Amino acid sequence: MSDQSHIGHDLAPGEEEQHSVGTRIVGYVVGLGLALLLTATSFFIAGTDLVWQPSIPVALIVLAIAQMGVHLVFFLHITTGPDNTNNVLALAFGLLVVFLVVGGTVWIMAHLNANMPPMDQIMMRQ
Amino acid sequence: MAMTATAGHAHADPHHIGVVIEHPGPAPKRIVTAYGFWIFLLSDIVMFSCFFAAYAVLSGQTAGGPKGSEIFEQRNVAIETVCLLLSSFTCGMASIAADVRNRFWFYLGMSVTCVLGLIFLAIEFREFADLVARGYGPSRSAFVTAFFSLVGCHGLHVSAGVLWLLTMMAQVFAKGFRADVLRRMMCFALFWHALDIIWVGVFSVVYLLGSGA
Repeated sequence: MSDQSHIGHDLAPGEEEQHSVGTRIVGYVVGLGLALLLTATSFFIAGTDLVWQPSIPVALIVLAIAQMGVHLVFFLHITTGPDNTNNVLALAFGLLVVFLVVGGTVWIMAHLNANMPPMDQIMMRQ
Repeated sequence: MAMTATAGHAHADPHHIGVVIEHPGPAPKRIVTAYGFWIFLLSDIVMFSCFFAAYAVLSGQTAGGPKGSEIFEQRNVAIETVCLLLSSFTCGMASIAADVRNRFWFYLGMSVTCVLGLIFLAIEFREFADLVARGYGPSRSAFVTAFFSLVGCHGLHVSAGVLWLLTMMAQVFAKGFRADVLRRMMCFALFWHALDIIWVGVFSVVYLLGSGA
């Protein structure tokens, strides 16, 4: 009841005519700043000797996911608002499929050799 | 009557946060259009995830050919990334200008977006042409096949985006800021920002992880 005023901020992607132009520009500037910062960190981390080497791939993936989040919030305007519920649910389902495809492929293919019988055993069975 | 009111209440307040918004009818066309296009973008992202999975599996299969660290130039990738990030920003500025019906800033934002997209495509095309000239074309090994498919597919999307961008400028020029043109402009902005998200995955997984391996 008291926060009736925040309704105007909960809008679907592209649906933001109730914002003032200034607010919207600031949103894009903040998004661009965060994205550039995360990109610069990624490129710096990839080529540096300052950190423990085996941690670099994990750091790169975490930075990439963080930057994707920044893009979703500041550029694609995915929010938690009522108008956005459908979009968030679709995004959740999309992410599920993406993780099943990528994770499942990498997992199975990485263990394929170990779980196969040696080649001569396959030959003998025939 | 009471039942209708209850049903309306439950619908309008799905999270029970106490803020009731009355929905007199179906959602505005703008929201429905954005939702449909968002579904398409997600299916596009799922398609890209297959290319990413193929690349992750095949990135070590070089068949005696070049490894990632031998063919990737981080400086070019950094320039490409900055181009795409800035173009996302200018695309956002253009869509704000379209919403407030300011022709000058709309054309300026779209033109800058177009130029940045073309710079990105030029750098990528030069990289591909250089690799092919050195004998590292897509048929050299499974690794470069996966590389050319994934990065090339993103490049094709950017090319299509540039064509769409020019179409939007032409439509605004010919038809003005009509409601349907504005909806198309909104879809274009979503498309362009989604391409940027894909590129974040490409430069992290392909170029930065690849040059470390």
